[in-house]
Amino acid sequence: MMNNLIIGPIIIPVIIGLVLVVFKNNLGLHRYLSLFATVLIGLLAVLLLKQISTGGIQVLYLGGWEAPFGITLAADTFAVLLVLTTAIVTFCCLWYAFSSIGAEREQHYFYPLCLFLIAGVNGSFLTGDIFNLFVCFEVMLVASYVLISLGGTRMQLIESIKYVLINMISSFLFLVAVAYLYAITGTLNLAHLSIRVAQSGQDGLLTVVSLLFLIVFSLKAALFLFYWLPGSYSAPPTAIAAIFAALLTKVGVYAMVRLFSLVFYHDPGTTHLFIGALAAASMVLGALGAVAYDDIKKIITYNVVISIGFVLAGFASFSLVGIRGMVYYLLHDMIVKALLFLSAGTVIHLTGTAKIRKVSGLIRLHPQLGWMFFIAALSVSGIPPLSGFIGKVFVTAGVFHSAYYWLGGIGLFTSLMVLYSVMKIFMNVFWGHTNLTAETEKGTTQGLLPPIVALTALTIALGLGAEGIHSFVDLAVDGLLNPNLYIDAVLAQNVK
Amino acid sequence: MSIMVGILFAIGTYLILSKTLLRIILGTSIIGHGVNLLILTMGGLKKGVPPILGLNEQYFTDPLPQALILTAIVINFATTALFLVLSYRAYSVVGSDDIEQLRGFDDE
Repeated sequence: MMNNLIIGPIIIPVIIGLVLVVFKNNLGLHRYLSLFATVLIGLLAVLLLKQISTGGIQVLYLGGWEAPFGITLAADTFAVLLVLTTAIVTFCCLWYAFSSIGAEREQHYFYPLCLFLIAGVNGSFLTGDIFNLFVCFEVMLVASYVLISLGGTRMQLIESIKYVLINMISSFLFLVAVAYLYAITGTLNLAHLSIRVAQSGQDGLLTVVSLLFLIVFSLKAALFLFYWLPGSYSAPPTAIAAIFAALLTKVGVYAMVRLFSLVFYHDPGTTHLFIGALAAASMVLGALGAVAYDDIKKIITYNVVISIGFVLAGFASFSLVGIRGMVYYLLHDMIVKALLFLSAGTVIHLTGTAKIRKVSGLIRLHPQLGWMFFIAALSVSGIPPLSGFIGKVFVTAGVFHSAYYWLGGIGLFTSLMVLYSVMKIFMNVFWGHTNLTAETEKGTTQGLLPPIVALTALTIALGLGAEGIHSFVDLAVDGLLNPNLYIDAVLAQNVK
Repeated sequence: MSIMVGILFAIGTYLILSKTLLRIILGTSIIGHGVNLLILTMGGLKKGVPPILGLNEQYFTDPLPQALILTAIVINFATTALFLVLSYRAYSVVGSDDIEQLRGFDDE
C-alpha cells in the first residue's frame, strides 16, 4: 500500500535540523524544536504501526518510480518498532543534554547534528533499496564523525580518527559488496534481490558476497570486529555516547537481520552458523573486557559488545522463538543501554572520575540515582520482571531449540559476567564509606535525573507490560520469517 | 580494468598500513577510486547507446552504475574532506602525525 507518511521519520529531522542551522544563537529554539521533532517522529511511528497492523506493510515509491526501478521505502513492523524506540531514546538523550552538554557544544550545532544522525538512522530502517541503505549509513556516519569530535578535546580527536578510518574502510567494503551483488543479480531493490537470489539458488558465489556483507555490518554493529568501539564510545560526552550506544550499533544489527532474513536466507548452515560463531566470540571477548576493567566507561562500552552478541545469537538460531526473543531484546537493549550510559555518565559527572576505586558511598548523597542505576544494572543482565528478562528467555529457548547448545551456554554464562561487571560498579561506587560531601562534588544532578527516571520507568513498563507489545512483536517476527510478505508488498504487481 | 582495481586496492592498503596520518588519508582516497572503478566494471563494460526511449537501437548501456558512482564520489569527497580537517586538528593538538603517538590516552 502506498503511504506518504513513511518519508516523515526521515525528512522531519532533516528539515528541522536545517531550520535550526539558520538560527545559530537561539538555543531555546534549538532545544525545543529538536525535542518536538523526536515527538513528531514518535507519533508518526505509532500511526504507521496502526496502519501496518490493519493494512499490511506500507510502501512508498519515491518520485513515483515503481519498484524495482526507483528507490523504495518500505515500512514493516520490525522497522517501525525500531523507529519508535529510536524516537523515545533520542528524546531522553536530548533532554539529558540540556543540562549536561554545555553551551559551547550546543552553539556548535549539537542539536542539528543529532537530528541529521536520526535522519540517517531512520532512513536505514525504512529503506527498501540496498544502495539507499549505504547512503543512509553515510548520512548517519558523517553526523556521528562530527558528533564524536565535537568539542575537540585531545582524547576525542585521537579516538575520532580511528573511528573515521575504520568506518571509511567498512563503507568501501560495503560498496565492493554492492558492486559484486549488482554484477550477479542485476538489481538493488531488496525485494527484487530476494526473488532473484531465490530463483538462481544461493550458490557459493552469492554466499561469499553475503559473507562480505556480514563483515561490513559486523564492523558497523561491533559484532566481533569491535576493537574500535570501547575507545570511541568512551571519548565523547555522556549524552552523545548514550545516543551512539543505543542507536548506531543497532543500525548495523538491523541491516544484518534484514539482509540475512530477506535475501540470503537459503544457506543458514553456513551464513547463520557464521553469525552465531561471531556472536559467541563477541560475547566472550566483551565479557572479558567488562570484567577486567575498573573504569566505568570501559565496563559499560564492553557491555554494548556483549548485548550485540546476544541479539545476534537469537538471530543465528533462525527459529520462531529465537527471532521473537531477538526483537524483544533489541528493543529492550536500545532503551536500557541509553539508561545505563546516562546514569553512569551522571556518576562520572558528579565525581569527576571514571575509576570505580576512587569513589564510594555515593548512595547516601544520591539515593535516587543509586537505585535507578541498580534497576538499570538488573535490567541489563536480564533479571525479571524487568525488560531484559523476556528477550533473554526467548533467545535462549530459540538457541536451544535450534540445537546450538554451546551458543546458549555462552549466552547464559556471559549474562552472569554482565551482572558481575555492573554490580561491581554499583557496589564500589554506591556502597561503602562516603568519601565525597555535597561540597566537594564536581557537579550537580540538577536537570539530569528526569530523563533517567523516564527511561527507568520505560524499562520497568516494558518488562511488566511485555504483553502489550506482543502483537506487534509477533507481526515483526512473522515479517522476518516470511520474506514473501515483504516481496508481495513492495513488488505488488510489477515483477512476478 | 579489474587488474587496475587490484593495483589501486594494493596501493591503498599499503598506504593505510603506513604510520603517517596523511598517507593513511591518501590511501583511503585511492581505495575509494578503486571501488568506483569496481562498480563500473561490475556493471558490465558494454557498448551501446544512451538509455533514452526513442533511439531505435538494440543495445543500451546500463546507467545505474554511473548513478551509484556519482553518489559514491560525492560521499567519498565529503568524508575525505572531513577526515583531513580532523587530522589537522589532531596534529595541532597532539603535535604529531605519527599514528604511534595517537595510541590510547593517559589516565585522567
